[in-house]
Amino acid sequence: MKLVILDKYKDVSEWAARYVRRRIIDFKPGPERYFTLGLPTGSTPLGMYQELIKLHKADKLSFKYVITFNMDEYVGLERDHPESYHSFMWNNFFKHIDIDPKNAHILDGTAANLVAECNEFERLIKEAGGIELFIGGIGPDGHIAFNEPGSSLVSRTRVKTLAQDTIEANARFFGGDVTKVPNEALTVGVGTVMDANEVMILITGAHKSFALHKAIEEGINHMWTVSAFQQHPHTIFICDEDATLELRVKTVKYFKSLMRVHNKLADDPE
Amino acid sequence: MFTNAKGKLFQYRNCQILRDHEIFTEDLWVRDGIILNPEKIFFDERISADYQINCKNSILAPGFIETQINGKYCAFGVDFSQEELVKNGGVDKVRKGLLEHGVTSFCPTVITSPPHVYKQILPLLKKRKGCNGGAGIVGIHVEGPFISEEKKGAHLKEFVEKFDNGIKDVIDMYGDLENIAIITLAPELKQSKQVIEDCVERGIIVSVGHSVANLVTGEEAVSNGATYITHLFNAMLPFHHRDPHLVGLLTSNRLPPNSQIFYGMIADGIHTHPAALRIAQRVNPKGIVLVTDAIQATGLPEGCYKFGTQQIEIKNNKATIAGTDTLCGSIASMDSCVRHFSKSTECGNVEALEAASFHPAQVLKISDRKGTLDFGSDADFILLTEDLHVKATFIAGELVWQKSGDVVSVISKGS
Repeated sequence: MKLVILDKYKDVSEWAARYVRRRIIDFKPGPERYFTLGLPTGSTPLGMYQELIKLHKADKLSFKYVITFNMDEYVGLERDHPESYHSFMWNNFFKHIDIDPKNAHILDGTAANLVAECNEFERLIKEAGGIELFIGGIGPDGHIAFNEPGSSLVSRTRVKTLAQDTIEANARFFGGDVTKVPNEALTVGVGTVMDANEVMILITGAHKSFALHKAIEEGINHMWTVSAFQQHPHTIFICDEDATLELRVKTVKYFKSLMRVHNKLADDPE
Repeated sequence: MFTNAKGKLFQYRNCQILRDHEIFTEDLWVRDGIILNPEKIFFDERISADYQINCKNSILAPGFIETQINGKYCAFGVDFSQEELVKNGGVDKVRKGLLEHGVTSFCPTVITSPPHVYKQILPLLKKRKGCNGGAGIVGIHVEGPFISEEKKGAHLKEFVEKFDNGIKDVIDMYGDLENIAIITLAPELKQSKQVIEDCVERGIIVSVGHSVANLVTGEEAVSNGATYITHLFNAMLPFHHRDPHLVGLLTSNRLPPNSQIFYGMIADGIHTHPAALRIAQRVNPKGIVLVTDAIQATGLPEGCYKFGTQQIEIKNNKATIAGTDTLCGSIASMDSCVRHFSKSTECGNVEALEAASFHPAQVLKISDRKGTLDFGSDADFILLTEDLHVKATFIAGELVWQKSGDVVSVISKGS
């Protein structure tokens, strides 16, 4: 596991975007070789998307040969609802880049048969050759995607009932009305993310610091689903200073001493 | 240009669009002459644009809608009130000429005339869609003859009429009402309540003007269904603090609840003093509708001209009846009025542009398809410079006028 500690949210966003760019370019994608990217929504990755758009607009990054799979979507929310993850992805990312609409996959929470929709999503990922880089954020309770505490660590894409904490946290996006927040979602499983060649987790803010501590300093536990990635061969956590508040000094010092090495990973390609 | 190619998807990029009362960086998507929601295309149809049009950082705003283009004489050497001029390709000449001023729809305006003239002319000014031949006609504005003799302005006194027999007199005057979108009348005339109600029922917008009405009469007219004021301040009694007359409608609290009174303004810097323009704009910014009231002499050099039976003098950007101070319409263009309005009121580009597009569309009750860049609306739009000079005009997605050949550049899919 790598832990990249940066000063502020803005630095996390920039670093993550440069890292993604470097990974895509090094992969040398083309018409016969697509780069598959797993994508999150939410306020944590927003800054990274903005940086990726900047790189695209500066002609430094193309998504022409990139296939994307989003982690999750609410059940029963129309695609064009302003809080749907379709709308989020369109407004904050897709409309600004050159991705082929056929290559952007998001679970359809309005599908008549939700189980079939989830199984089809898994099939599409397989068909695309698996996911090269899965980007995620985590909740304060350590959930990744909508894999709430207690989710199986080998789970696949499925319908999931949201934890009350998550519903309450999301109420602010629905006019503060808890009853308007959908209480189910479609989500990739922990196992689905584990299958990716590499997993990149963004964590910022003091309110996520305990989750980061649980994720990397304690044992693997389904009550902190993100801890599962301790067993993934290529996981990179990118966090800001605030998110390290609950970590041991030793942990922070160790990873900071590695920054010289880690920074090279996000450099411009040769 | 091919920008109206059937079934093809066009993405106008690199532009600052005016939508939801804001100007911001956003692409505009058009297919078959209609503005589309690109999010739906992305997720439902999963296709990208056939053509991307680089707008080179222009402002992209709805096309202007002109509700009053007339005078005794009308723009571009054509007078909508003279049959021979209307007949001999005059309408098309005006329609075409308006494109370079950013006007995509308009109401040809016929001023006070004898009955036989209406019967000859109105059928020649039928509604029609805009195209590369010129701006669309959304209906005729009949300005008179049911007006006040005292406030006739440049209209001829001998043709001013009353409607003592109500709507019957109106029908007898104009013949067919089918193509009439707006009627300007003086609300102090007897039977005006009945005439206003009958017009509104037939879908005709009633505008009060050329009138000596006091405020109470104006408020009654609005309660009866009038929604518009013809060239505020001009051809009406002036604002007085004990009777503000029709001008007082802008701040009246005796209008039907949730109603918006609209008022035309000739913002050419001559018909209305900039301070008066500011007063109107500041007290009722949502109601202002820019009009040119443009006459036949628009675009002609200074000098004396004989139009119809009257001598007109063009001097210092003013058109007056020769030998008098009576203004007889403007010689301004819509885009220059928008610039003048923006500059003299400091209202900003959004309000200035909406006063010539969204507001007139609301007056005409066509804002569901014209006057905005909302999804589902007609793709009638213009490209402008930062200081509001028109660079190109599009109707139903088709490029119908451009200032020079390099206003936009096109990239087709796959290239």
